[in-house]
Amino acid sequence: MGARETTVNVLLVLLLPAVALTALFIGEAFYITLATRIAILALAAVGLNIALGLGGLVSFGHAAFFGLGGYVAGVLATHAFNMEPVAFGLPGTTAMPAIWLVAILLCGLVALPIGLVSLRTSGVYFIMITLAFAQMIYYFAISWPAYGGEDGLSLSMRNGFPGLNTAKPFPYFVVVFVLLLAGLLLFHRLRASRFGAALEAARQNPARLAAIGISPFAIRLVAFVLSAMITGLAGALFADLNRFVSPSMLSWHMSGELIVLIILGGKNRLFGPLAGAALYVLFEYALGGLTERWQLFLGLVLLAVVFFARGGLIGLLAGRPRHG
Amino acid sequence: MVEPVLDVKGLEKSFGALKATNGASLDLRPGEIHALIGPNGAGKSTLINQISGALAPDAGSIRFLGTDITMLDTARRARMGLARTFQISSLAQEFSALRNVMLAVQARQGTSLRFFRPVASDVSLTEPAMRMLSRVGLADRANVPAAALSHGERRQLEIAVALAMEPKAFLLDEPMAGMGPEGSKALTGFLDGLRREAPILLVEHDMDAVFALADRVSVLVYGRIIATGSVSEIRNDPEVRRAYLGEPA
Ligand SMILES: Nc1ncnc2c1ncn2[C@@H]1O[C@H](COP(=O)(O)OP(=O)(O)OP(=O)(O)O)[C@@H](O)[C@H]1O
Ligand SMILES: [Mg+2]
Repeated sequence: MGARETTVNVLLVLLLPAVALTALFIGEAFYITLATRIAILALAAVGLNIALGLGGLVSFGHAAFFGLGGYVAGVLATHAFNMEPVAFGLPGTTAMPAIWLVAILLCGLVALPIGLVSLRTSGVYFIMITLAFAQMIYYFAISWPAYGGEDGLSLSMRNGFPGLNTAKPFPYFVVVFVLLLAGLLLFHRLRASRFGAALEAARQNPARLAAIGISPFAIRLVAFVLSAMITGLAGALFADLNRFVSPSMLSWHMSGELIVLIILGGKNRLFGPLAGAALYVLFEYALGGLTERWQLFLGLVLLAVVFFARGGLIGLLAGRPRHG
Repeated sequence: MVEPVLDVKGLEKSFGALKATNGASLDLRPGEIHALIGPNGAGKSTLINQISGALAPDAGSIRFLGTDITMLDTARRARMGLARTFQISSLAQEFSALRNVMLAVQARQGTSLRFFRPVASDVSLTEPAMRMLSRVGLADRANVPAAALSHGERRQLEIAVALAMEPKAFLLDEPMAGMGPEGSKALTGFLDGLRREAPILLVEHDMDAVFALADRVSVLVYGRIIATGSVSEIRNDPEVRRAYLGEPA
């Protein structure tokens, strides 16, 4: 990483807590929520960035994992509230750590068969198959009345974290922000590791990777599953932020949004997802108030990025990536 | 007789109406350089691709170290010790020369599912990789991205990557192509010594190199092996002279 990229990254990391703290002191809780939203979307995109940025796998179905994570939070909390077991006599829970664990494991479990099938294809077929799987889960959620169907599922209160009052915006922001940092650290270590080297080689030249004895399929499958797990964790956090989960978290719009975040921020850049999420949420906030057609302007920005700044915001601020 | 390292029998491969491999059989014995020559489009690369696993043959069998590998995928064959280079250099373009070789070292160690330790400071990867780069004379270019290497340097890097696999057999597809006379001479000397480490199936158009190196030569024409023998046998084979060396009968 260049010195300039490091500076940009440090500033970006400090941005969210600075906003949240300022908001806390001037008593504007709304901005804490905004910062939390950015952090959660960034974490979801960090997950996708493993598949898309490192592996070159354009998954158009990551909303499946984002939504699944959200439903884990909603369903477990509902069962705990109603004191009904979820399945096999296992109780629900309102403890975030337990919810996160279930969300991560379930998303990994679901990503495995999806990856096994879709990674046999590539390019536009891969995009379509991941989309198809996500749509199946979306329609399943819509047509399953037990958990609200189309209307979604409300959480009567935010789930808890031992020792913190998560009902208040600031402590919840801290929880989310720490998880985002953990996600970024994981991405950083992963990219520099042996696995990361193999995954990036699978993106650059799968025939070469196979010729030295590493199966590109196996490497991509592991990456896809890891990627889904992190995005699923972000989904659980998102449900708790909104105290609401609905099929819209599973929809293809959401998958597209996650891809947009990465392209905006700079794909395969450590802080691309965070930069992209910040830009996206600011746009939504600043322009969404002015016009319902704010996505039109987002489209223009996206066009500008694709034509003039392939490296996204990070590329614009910090220059081209360095490779060892 | 010694068991061949590699034993190819009756391979067939068609691309539509074109029979690119037409009942080709050959073997590779311990310690030898077996050259595979033939005119452009004869099917040499197609044969290498079937042996390495990049293409599935329509018929025939491939045995390697006494095991039938016809149904195994490329990565499995490579892990068994089959290293190939590509006629058109095929590397991880964004990675430096060193990281390209390090990747082959980690593949050899079977340690690609390690997620945390950074490779850049990992001497169990950098040290052997650096050694391989030195052997092919690329040590001073270790940190240059593959995409920025010259054509000849990329050819050398292909060899360094193959060396790092510590293979039981080499499949080299025109390693001299575009190397220039100096480079070809140096590489000829290098391959001469390399056969002691593992036998080489060498596809090459450079006849000086072939005649200097080969223990045996096979001639491939229209997907068919028309002759196999020592250098002098091949040079004096009338059919070879007619079909390939371009002399009137
Ligand atoms: N994937 C493919 N699809 C269709 N035809 C192919 C394919 N690969 C090779 N061919 C054809 O098969 C024949 C053999 O090609 P191949 O590349 O094996 O020849 P070669 O002996 O390696 O030639 P050269 O000396 O030019 O490298 C050629 O006619 C080529 O056009
Ligand atoms: Mg060829």
